[in-house]
Amino acid sequence: MDTGTGYKKPGSKKALPVTDEEYTVALAGNANVGKSATFNQLTGVDQIIGNWPGKTVERAEGVLLHKGHRIRVIDLPGIYSFSTYSMEEIVSRDYIALEHPDAVINVVDASALERNLFFTIQLMELATPMLIAVNQVDLAEKKGITVDTGKLSELLGVPVYSTVATRGKGIDLLSDGILDLAQTRARPPVIAYGKEIEERITRMVSRLSDIALEYPARWTAIKLLERDPVVSEMIRSKNPAVLAAAAEFSDEIEAMHGEPVSVVMSAERYQTADRIAAEVTTFRAPGKYPAGKSMTERIDDIVLHPIFGYISVIAIIGGLLIWTFVIGAEISGILAGYLSQFEQYEPVVSGPVWEVLWNGAFSGFVAGITLVIPYVLPFYLLLAVIEDSGYLTRIAMMLDKGMHKIGLHGKAIIPLILGYGCNVPACYSCRIMETPKQKYLSAFLVTLIPCTARTVVILGLVAVFVNIWWALALYAFDILLIIVLGRIVYKAMPGESAGLIMEMPDYHIPSLSVILKQTWARTKTLIWIVFPAYIIGSAFLQMLYIYGILEPVNALLSPITVLWLGLPAAVGITLIFGIVRKELTILMLAVIFGTVNFAAVLTPVQLIVLALVTMLYIPCISVILVLASEFGWKRALTISAAEVIMAIAIGGIAYRLLAPLMG
Amino acid sequence: MPREQLEEYIETIWDLESRDGSAKTTSIAKCLKVAPASVTEVLRSLSEKGLIRYEPYHGATLTEGGKKIASSIKRRHRLLEVFLTDVLRLNQEKVHEEACRMEHTISEETENALCRMMKAPARCPHGSPIGPCSQGVGSCTECTAVAGDSILSIPTPRDGTIIPLTDLDKGQSGEIAFIRGDNKIVQRLCDLGLTLGSSVSISRKVPLRGPVEISVRRTKLAIDHRIAENIFVKIS
Repeated sequence: MDTGTGYKKPGSKKALPVTDEEYTVALAGNANVGKSATFNQLTGVDQIIGNWPGKTVERAEGVLLHKGHRIRVIDLPGIYSFSTYSMEEIVSRDYIALEHPDAVINVVDASALERNLFFTIQLMELATPMLIAVNQVDLAEKKGITVDTGKLSELLGVPVYSTVATRGKGIDLLSDGILDLAQTRARPPVIAYGKEIEERITRMVSRLSDIALEYPARWTAIKLLERDPVVSEMIRSKNPAVLAAAAEFSDEIEAMHGEPVSVVMSAERYQTADRIAAEVTTFRAPGKYPAGKSMTERIDDIVLHPIFGYISVIAIIGGLLIWTFVIGAEISGILAGYLSQFEQYEPVVSGPVWEVLWNGAFSGFVAGITLVIPYVLPFYLLLAVIEDSGYLTRIAMMLDKGMHKIGLHGKAIIPLILGYGCNVPACYSCRIMETPKQKYLSAFLVTLIPCTARTVVILGLVAVFVNIWWALALYAFDILLIIVLGRIVYKAMPGESAGLIMEMPDYHIPSLSVILKQTWARTKTLIWIVFPAYIIGSAFLQMLYIYGILEPVNALLSPITVLWLGLPAAVGITLIFGIVRKELTILMLAVIFGTVNFAAVLTPVQLIVLALVTMLYIPCISVILVLASEFGWKRALTISAAEVIMAIAIGGIAYRLLAPLMG
Repeated sequence: MPREQLEEYIETIWDLESRDGSAKTTSIAKCLKVAPASVTEVLRSLSEKGLIRYEPYHGATLTEGGKKIASSIKRRHRLLEVFLTDVLRLNQEKVHEEACRMEHTISEETENALCRMMKAPARCPHGSPIGPCSQGVGSCTECTAVAGDSILSIPTPRDGTIIPLTDLDKGQSGEIAFIRGDNKIVQRLCDLGLTLGSSVSISRKVPLRGPVEISVRRTKLAIDHRIAENIFVKIS
């Protein structure tokens, strides 16, 4: 499967065998505090980092080699609490509590200690050996905030290190600390609640003593008091009487405070967090603050402005597409010119099989170099800049209101924009949506976003050989279609929709090395996995041609391709190849027609219709697999079938509308 | 003066004041279909009670005390409208008139029971916001718990007025006093640092009732307008 933009299935990344690790440690903490940056520094793995909360949806894995020890490092998704608000929260707490990592590294943001320590306190309740990395101390310093790590360590009773992960500062000391903790496995001390709660926790713990528990006893007791649905269910199956006792205690606490018990406990944790944060943090005297507004405020004055804000959104997204086209066409032209010296398109070959294969493979290679790479590379480069800057959250905020019309909220714009890169990670990132309905709806809409593969087809066919306005019109039509379909599915589908609650990170200037690494991480899958697919596919197509299988397939599809869509019969097979990878449509076209000058073989209307159909019919095999794993096969196949039918229907209508118009 | 008459006057002054800046005697007379002379008389008496500021020829404006009564009538009116529409399924055109009559007679206890039964609606059928109740509760769950359990004491009334977070001006800050909504959303906001009593300020608003950006515990959050208007704050 194409893992696209940096979503690594555990174990798939490193060439090193993962069997002989001595220790396993996990990185945990709030969203957007620099966990992935820390992970990259520790392991040397290039986990995609981006400046928006919720980016790490799949846990990533790498190896830290330190003082002759091999330490497996897991990067968990960023969360704010161990409640059951989101799937990530349940996954993370189960990982830490049930898989018993040797140590947990709690990465916290030095500038927002209160909220970060709120999570730290919950992490300590899981009673796994842990240490704290106070990260982004440089940014905090700029805001006039200094954190006394020694004092923090003293107050919490766990080791504390300060780091600047993006620049690798403090990573060596942190590595020492990790190794040390993994060896000693010192458990964190207990942080006590108020008297009336603490008393009930103690009594619950003793009630739990004769039950075999997967989770730590004190944590189980706390969660029972909080009426946590998952833990309550687990205890109900073991001993219903204990659950009843817990409910009684919870009632008592609620009677005392007049608040749901989980809110009471959270408020207590915040009290502790506030107290500790106040003790370890020093603020520089107000007079010494940098004069005027911060960079973030100044930028936000423009990009969150009632008018300029919307102009910025259009300019940046439009700019991304135009940049891709202009730069892409330039590079494509240069490469095509260079490679034309070797050009030897002779699709109708009779002769030894190896010669046929070679010819097919070579034309696949040439088409890949000239048509795919030039467009994909500049797109990912600019996307990385946008992602790393923190601007995506601003788009989410500006467009929140509009997204309500299609039953989503602002955050859903992030998967949609990532979808212009590759639908696969974009579908995964739909996990940032809170309700199942919103997850499914946004993933469905993501599959309609033209990814770089489809951009290659749209630009390669329409922008180059018709004109760029028709290409842009296709994008505009696509957005319109997404709005209409989103509205229909939202109205037709049962389920609840939650509103936007999203953290707004500060901007930072994207670092060149991060941008380049990110672009490379995303492009290299294309080169190592997808490129061979072009070459093999191309050779395979030649074989089909030679052995006379091509014609029957095309003939079978001709009622749709020729009669309904008005395309040449030969494109039938290319649409089938497109299911594997969308670029294959255009690459196979080049192989079949023996030229990359498509204007010579297709009319402008045919070029537009073909691009339109390719843009809309099922994303590709990788996306279908992701949809199946996220939502089940039934829903994955429903989406696929609906999109094939829709693409054909719209393609045919477009042909009939455009043919008289364009002659 | 009977309660109904007093409340009708205050309500009318509130409406006119928010429309014209102050309520002129002639306008009040027109709205309530009474003689201007009797209006003047009632205005004098309201002024004596400290509910309005009244200057002849200039018109009347509500004092803090008058505003408090006005907003509680509005709350009852809109709650009743929701009740008549959603529960009794009355004809849309009748709803306003019916509510106008009922709003003066129901007790605070009935008002709060209606609010609980309808799960604390945030807006009336015509889209106007329904204000928070005057009980000193921190969330709707607390109100429900108290109502369902006779051992628990009725919360003491809240001191001072509270306003929706969305009514804060940019840069203004307040203390969270009450969050309206189900347990899940209250818990989520609490986890993100919006606990009762914590200080929040509005740093940015997106127009057309788009999300607001708030600062709490030195972090910034973007929150849906519909969620933010259910977070009530006491201005500090």
